[in-house]
Amino acid sequence: MSSSLFEEKLNSGEFLVTTEVGPPKGADVSEMAHHIDLLKDKVDAINITDHQSSMMRFPSIGGCLMVKERGGEPILQITCRDRNRLAIQAELLLAFSRDICNVLCLTGDAVDVGDHKEAKPVFDLDSVQLLRVIRTMESGTDMEGNELKGVPKFCIGASVHPEADFIEPQLIKFDKKVAAGAQFFQTQGIFELGSLRRFMQYASQFDVKILAGIIVLSSARMAKYMNANVPGITVSQSIIDELADVEKGKGLQKGIEIAARFIQTIKEERLCHGVHIMAVGNEGIVPDILEAAQTAGTHA
Amino acid sequence: MIEPYGKVLILGCGTCMTVCDAGGEREISFLHSALDLAQARSGNGVHSFSEYTIKRQCDLEFLEMLLGRIEDVDAVLSLGCGIGVQAVAERFPDLPVLPGVNTSFMGMTKEWGVWDERCAACGDCRLAETAGICPITRCTKGILNGPCAGAKNGKCEANKDMDCAWILIYQRLERLQQLENMRRYYPPRNFRTIPRPRRIVSKATVEVGVNNE
Repeated sequence: MSSSLFEEKLNSGEFLVTTEVGPPKGADVSEMAHHIDLLKDKVDAINITDHQSSMMRFPSIGGCLMVKERGGEPILQITCRDRNRLAIQAELLLAFSRDICNVLCLTGDAVDVGDHKEAKPVFDLDSVQLLRVIRTMESGTDMEGNELKGVPKFCIGASVHPEADFIEPQLIKFDKKVAAGAQFFQTQGIFELGSLRRFMQYASQFDVKILAGIIVLSSARMAKYMNANVPGITVSQSIIDELADVEKGKGLQKGIEIAARFIQTIKEERLCHGVHIMAVGNEGIVPDILEAAQTAGTHA
Repeated sequence: MIEPYGKVLILGCGTCMTVCDAGGEREISFLHSALDLAQARSGNGVHSFSEYTIKRQCDLEFLEMLLGRIEDVDAVLSLGCGIGVQAVAERFPDLPVLPGVNTSFMGMTKEWGVWDERCAACGDCRLAETAGICPITRCTKGILNGPCAGAKNGKCEANKDMDCAWILIYQRLERLQQLENMRRYYPPRNFRTIPRPRRIVSKATVEVGVNNE
């Protein structure tokens, strides 16, 4: 019987740490395997991204299988960008059959921001509908009401953007995701703790777990690039200034320091239920961040 | 596209294509001159062009006006929309018809020389619930339950010049005190509302045969 270890952790009240690994552009999975090995015992779960920023890569489900094989707890990211409702339901069946029981439901970035700009954007479902489709499948049928032989059970999560410049419509969507059955949220990158505090004042009325998204930056240039080009990321000016002030070559170290400081504060003040660390291409440094934030000890 | 054809009739359309500045009398006249000029420059005058505009290319009745004008042409270069091109092709089975414009969308004139897409003619209209702003056409993802997280400064992640439709919808619903429309859950779209290719039959207009035997 498949079950989610991550779900048990969610319900334990522990401070949670998740991180993400981006699959490779190509069939060489050795670096991904290395990152999984490095991280699997230091975090509560590892997200595998689904063609993040609409860049074609090795699939999320393949990465999740690898996490399972290597003894870790995967979170399957599913976006609605590339698959219609048949393909998405099929992928969920595959995931469950292989004991991959955690799913992060995302709308997905626009095709236009990626590296296959001429592809057909699918978006047959949106993130709220995807959450509901999963709950429907758990009730024993596909979304058309046809009986499933073998019924899956998932721990499902979604994303929320506490630093969106128009927050009200985001909160309405957050409500809909909660109503659709989301158990946990991994937020978009948090660069200003005030916005997380304000969001938690609102979100704490709901019985869901919030993991604050921590994006590790390696330079002021990277931060500015992300602000201009990466959907859903707005690095605050104070963080950009902090990164700009360090001498050349010390940027990543500063980024680690900033990330660790955020994690430490969030944990000490219990601002939310955990953190989700996104090292975007620097997965290898996540243990350093955890050590710097003194959270590594709780997972030793 | 016109290379294999000697005599080419440039055919304008007097309705939508005229108001869109894309294929009315003015545009076919420009195109006619441009093609003549290009041919004169290239020095091999194999084509001869003529021009004519009918009221609507998408209407079989108006296409009758072409009788007497197309018998001696080798092809029609239609500056109608995609529907006009196909209507001409359907009416004149032996006549090659070439698309003179790349029909892009159904839109409105935002300001002089600027057109914005407004309707996808999807057959699944949401405008009553979205304060008259179409999320299917104006959100790049066409999603139904509110904004994604990609907008910055109110602009779409796919195109920084375009407003996020869901922020516009939110603002207008709020103004109309109809935000409950946005709080409701909308299930996945029915892409089969009218299967493609679509046909609408008005039973009031068409005499429906009752004898199916």
